[in-house]
Amino acid sequence: MRLSYLIPLALFVLIGLGLAVGLTLNPREIPSALIGKPVPDFALPPVQGRELGLAATDLKSGQPSVVNVFASWCVPCRVEHPLLMALRRDNLAPIHGLNYKDDPADVAKWLDQLGDPFTRTGADRNGRVGIDWGVYGVPETFIVDGAGQIVCKHVGPLMQWDIDNKIRPLLRDLAAGRQSQVKC
Amino acid sequence: MIPELGHIALILALCLALVQGLLPLVGAARGIPGWIAVAPQAALGQAVLVAFAFGCMTYAYVTSDFSVLNVAENSHTLKPMLYKISGVWGNHEGSLLLWILILVVFGAAVAIFGNNLPATLKARVLAIQGLIGVGFLSFILFTSNPFARLLPAPLEGRGLNPLLQDPGLAFHPPFLYLGYVGFSVAFSFAVAALIEGRVDPAWARWVRPWTLAAWCFLTIGIALGSWWAYYELGWGGWWFWDPVENASFMPWLAGTALLHSAIVVEKRDTLKSWTVLLAILTFSLSLLGTFLVRSGVINSVHAFATDPTRGVFILLFLAVVVGGSLALYAFRAPALQGVGVFAPLSREGALILNNLLLAVACAAVLLGTLYPLALDAISGAKVSVGPQYFNSVFVPLMTPLVAAVAIGPLLAWKRGDLAAALRRLLPAAVAVIVALAIGLWLHNERGFMALLGLGLAAWLGIGALCELALRVKLFAAPMAETLQRARFLPRAAWGMTVAHLGVALLVLGITVSETWQVEVQQVMKPGESVQVGPILYRFQGVVPIKGPNYTAMQGRFEIIEDGAVVRELRPAQRRYQQPPMETTEAAIRSSPLADLYAVVGEGDAERGWAVRLYWKPLVSWIWLGALIMALGGFLSLSDRRLRVGAPSGRRHASAPAAAE
Repeated sequence: MRLSYLIPLALFVLIGLGLAVGLTLNPREIPSALIGKPVPDFALPPVQGRELGLAATDLKSGQPSVVNVFASWCVPCRVEHPLLMALRRDNLAPIHGLNYKDDPADVAKWLDQLGDPFTRTGADRNGRVGIDWGVYGVPETFIVDGAGQIVCKHVGPLMQWDIDNKIRPLLRDLAAGRQSQVKC
Repeated sequence: MIPELGHIALILALCLALVQGLLPLVGAARGIPGWIAVAPQAALGQAVLVAFAFGCMTYAYVTSDFSVLNVAENSHTLKPMLYKISGVWGNHEGSLLLWILILVVFGAAVAIFGNNLPATLKARVLAIQGLIGVGFLSFILFTSNPFARLLPAPLEGRGLNPLLQDPGLAFHPPFLYLGYVGFSVAFSFAVAALIEGRVDPAWARWVRPWTLAAWCFLTIGIALGSWWAYYELGWGGWWFWDPVENASFMPWLAGTALLHSAIVVEKRDTLKSWTVLLAILTFSLSLLGTFLVRSGVINSVHAFATDPTRGVFILLFLAVVVGGSLALYAFRAPALQGVGVFAPLSREGALILNNLLLAVACAAVLLGTLYPLALDAISGAKVSVGPQYFNSVFVPLMTPLVAAVAIGPLLAWKRGDLAAALRRLLPAAVAVIVALAIGLWLHNERGFMALLGLGLAAWLGIGALCELALRVKLFAAPMAETLQRARFLPRAAWGMTVAHLGVALLVLGITVSETWQVEVQQVMKPGESVQVGPILYRFQGVVPIKGPNYTAMQGRFEIIEDGAVVRELRPAQRRYQQPPMETTEAAIRSSPLADLYAVVGEGDAERGWAVRLYWKPLVSWIWLGALIMALGGFLSLSDRRLRVGAPSGRRHASAPAAAE
């Protein structure tokens, strides 16, 4: 057996190992380029029927906060909504809503019927602010530290597991001023 | 009841595949005639069983039997009949079933048409086919049973992905699979030859028709897929270097190389271990393609049906098939020594250059496809490799290849005379100068690429015709003799010329459409007009329409020539109810010289609609070129030599094999 004839097999073994590792990864999990960066500069009016709008300055109040991108037309948002209500009752941090490309009447009805977990809401009717935040699907949830830096981004509906293992520990660490071990 | 029968037929097919995979191998090794004779019978039996199972699945789809989970998830009573049938393979389980059906049909074809093969070689080839069948049948039965029931049955199905409800895509997978799976025959021949330790011209002559057939089907399959992307996705492009497109393109590149290197084995009895390796690699790349599409390891627009747990099975299967065959190759190939010697400047040399460039191109595509995955696995970084990489790699590789394609056929075997060949290509050189002059006259900012493409197309197109003219002694002999010669020219020679002309048309289509296409993107209100290249489009507004299982907003564009309306284009945004999804239906008016292409997007009557309008010169030549390439392949396939085989070679080869 001459060694050169083993080259194809060796290359294949390498590729096979790569593919095996690849199987354990999720290609759809894309890290946000905004992590560790300050929130984009924006100022949005409140959604219909609420008083407090949402602006970049509201996220630099010294207190960590949660920003949830939602819409009344988004079915997974409805799924995560009760979890946001529960998180609100914990009073760990204010939750702000970024209402993405929504009809004013629809979102008002939505919040009235399902309950309003948000301290502040911003109505991003044409989706321009969403672009600055790098939103590519609803719902998305960001965690922002007191200085207005984005610490974590969660794509898709929050599940109980995410709340218990990511959101809550991270908010507690931020509130205590600790370096967090939570992986985002 | 009928789905259960189908399920049982698949289980029986698996049992039979085990028999087909094991007995003939042992029989051929030990010289037990009865065991050797099992192979063709088992192959035919398997074909009948799998065809029956496929029939049962089709029946469930046609009758909308929603108690079958697969039908309930992928079909709908309102769907037109064509898509009910194509729905059978429009999903993971069904597409696997189609894959297996084609595999066993190829196996049965070897059993039926392989009468001139030595008995042991035939038994071994069929055994390898059987073992591949074992892998796929276990995969379908243990991880993706298409006949699983859903009780209680829902009243209505969930529908097929609307993007797949399209005539182009109804036939795209079958052709693609005919290609992918067809290469399994070349693979089985290669492994059987490695087991026997012999590769000779007769072997190459048996392998070539199967490779050629698979290659033709794959060419058509890829062309159909590209055409579908062109008109259904509504992006105006026809090739996106998407991982799944690459997955079908890699076996094509390797298969094209195999097609050409098999000629060298057949005619000159050399390049053996390389050809065997190519046969293994071509099918391995087909399997890799299946893995990439079916496992979800790579994010792609094609991720219709992905499931990582199934990926583990395919990866293991891949490891056994590819790893096993490459190990066998490492062990046995050194014994396969070539006999024929040749100078670098010769037909063999040209074909080696062809193989080298195609293999490097294939490796480049493989690298570009797997690089994001490798980087993710190593560092967690997410990247995607875009058209820029592929284009910048492909142009420098394809340029010498296309240039050499015109010269290669004019070189003699063993030792060619390059100067003489170039002298004969004088008309092609003149054509290049004319093409360059036209290109300069039509001046464009993409100047260099346009000139390169035009020059190559002219060189290859006229070069291929030159070669044909020399063969039939056009103008060098009386017309009667020329016609006589043309009539007796082997079909394989005609096939080569036609296929090479197809490449020239393809290059021309790509160059002209990419260089001179005009695209306009803007917001238009009803009554407005816009000039797109030489075409004046007038927008007449948008009207709602209703289809059998969708509603749509349909835009109307009038094409105006000399103040008169000559035709109308009606692009639409379709909204399907089951499953809820929107698709863009581009309106395309194809003609040999240019395509008009219109897409209508979001908007309303007040502010106007977002529209995209194109004028795409010669774009349809891309698919025409691909089809002509396939036509050339079929022509070559009909050559008498491949059907009958040269008697001397066969006798020579079969005598020692029978004594084994």
